[in-house]
Amino acid sequence: MSNLSRDDVAHVAMLARIELEEHELDTLAGQLDQIVDWVGQVNEVAAADVPPMSHPLPLVNVTRPDEVRPSLSAEQALANAPDPEDGRFGVPRILDEE
Amino acid sequence: MTATTGGSAAATEFLTVPFDEVLTRYEPVMGLEVHVELSTATKMFCGCAQSFGAEPNTRTCPVCLGLPGALPVVNATAVESAIRIGLALNCQIAQWCRFARKNYFYPDMPKNFQTSQYDEPIAFNGYMDVEIPAEDGEGVETFRIEIERAHMEEDTGKSTHVGGATGRIHGADYSVVDYNRAGIPLIEIVTKPITGAGSRAPEVAKAYVSALRDLMKALDVSDVRMEQGSMRCDANVSLMPIGAEVFGTRTETKNVNSLRSVERAVRYEITRHAAILDAGDKIVQETRHWHEDTGITTSGRPKSDADDYRYFPEPDLVPVAPSREDVERLRATLPENPAVRRRRLQGDWGFTDLEMRDVVNAGAVDVIEETVAAGASPAAARKWWSGDLARRANAQGVAVTELGVTPAHIAELDALVSGGRLNDSMARQVVEGVVAGEGTPTEVADARGLELVQDDGALQAAVDKVIEGNAGVVEKIRGGKVQAVGALIGQVMKEMRGQADAARARELILSTLGVEG
Repeated sequence: MSNLSRDDVAHVAMLARIELEEHELDTLAGQLDQIVDWVGQVNEVAAADVPPMSHPLPLVNVTRPDEVRPSLSAEQALANAPDPEDGRFGVPRILDEE
Repeated sequence: MTATTGGSAAATEFLTVPFDEVLTRYEPVMGLEVHVELSTATKMFCGCAQSFGAEPNTRTCPVCLGLPGALPVVNATAVESAIRIGLALNCQIAQWCRFARKNYFYPDMPKNFQTSQYDEPIAFNGYMDVEIPAEDGEGVETFRIEIERAHMEEDTGKSTHVGGATGRIHGADYSVVDYNRAGIPLIEIVTKPITGAGSRAPEVAKAYVSALRDLMKALDVSDVRMEQGSMRCDANVSLMPIGAEVFGTRTETKNVNSLRSVERAVRYEITRHAAILDAGDKIVQETRHWHEDTGITTSGRPKSDADDYRYFPEPDLVPVAPSREDVERLRATLPENPAVRRRRLQGDWGFTDLEMRDVVNAGAVDVIEETVAAGASPAAARKWWSGDLARRANAQGVAVTELGVTPAHIAELDALVSGGRLNDSMARQVVEGVVAGEGTPTEVADARGLELVQDDGALQAAVDKVIEGNAGVVEKIRGGKVQAVGALIGQVMKEMRGQADAARARELILSTLGVEG
């Protein structure tokens, strides 16, 4: 039913910043195809009167009041950051954009 | 965001065609995207406080840092503000809508996605009427801007870029990020394509953003301070030959962060597009950066394959489904439309169009309304707030309401002037004292000993002295040049060290000389 090509896999991998070897593209195209097929079985039991859902719980409007709660300290926030600088997160060079 | 691909039209990068000439051949089409930061106490999906200017990364938590296992919960006030904005823009409010993840790898969001809304905005299909000065210079014209949608999302962190070109020792460029802003509630308001504005397009764009700003202020949902980034505008501009039906390729100019820049950036892009099209080249669909200092845009980033944001419904948040009762309850909280209110107040106060424009430009409409309510005459309230106080505020680079002078102060001052205790120059000294924090107008006047001398005896003595010392002027006045009395009034006021009523001094001089005023 689905038919994912090597190009599809390469494109999705690029979007997700996952580096794949050439030989992995074939393997993954096949595996992803199977996954999509399995998930696609839902279509066989869900008739047109069953709307698509993005959440397993039949809930709406779960909100919280606009009340301040304590934040982390800068030290805590940066505890696992590899390159903190002056209380900020250091990140690698960002290409092509300001 | 933008679509399509292409190289840079470097050769025609900075060529432009005179604006009026462009409009004889092309029709501009605009699309404006305005981001408004809500002034809620907390962020969109967590309880971190939002405060401009806090120390870096002191307003973060596991949710807005995107730490594993942290779950977002929607800010109820932010949803209400979104609905009120939608209603004020004459939009329909969704019965049911969801958030979506916009996936990308720019590190301004630590989650690697921005929580936004995609195909289910909370508000859609609205409009806003904006006013521009009429072409004949008299009165205003109304232009209707159709609103495509207003949706909820969250702001990103603030990146600072370090190194490289400035020659740091360790060479490579890198960036540092402050996530205090990441997660602050944003409403993105998107227009439908704006056509038919012709040569007025830049003014219409400015008027729209200005009217939006007024509306957000009236709704009290945002600080809308463009210079601080709590309101930001992206301007999409394209040209099509007059009479054409298909829009031209557009560019999206970012960082347009003042009302004046909105107008200038749109105007610049119109002239730049025309130069490229006239040369037979194609417009590159890309983002462009506006430079406030030089008044030009430069090429940002062309659309690429990486701009596939793989939107999908946010699985950690349940849908937002405002009940119709809640929507109506919120509708009842909408303020009077700012433009309608301005016209009503102008009528009530009896201001001319020009006077009202000064008041609006000084940001003094609300404060004058409060001052009049506190008992001052509209004319006096206007004179102080859009005159002396506006100048002081300008000089200090603050809003007129931030001088430490209240509507009650001005009402009190007006009473002191109309009651005859102070003249204009004394009143200005009193304002100076109030601004300096010396107390209320009465306290300042007392402390500084400012009071018109009501005792005609002292004034008469000064008048006699001045008449005696100015035989030449007195001769002129007796000879019929009554306007020469001004010179004597000045000297009398000097004798009285300013503490006299100039009108009374004039009366006394003329009566002493036996001349009819």
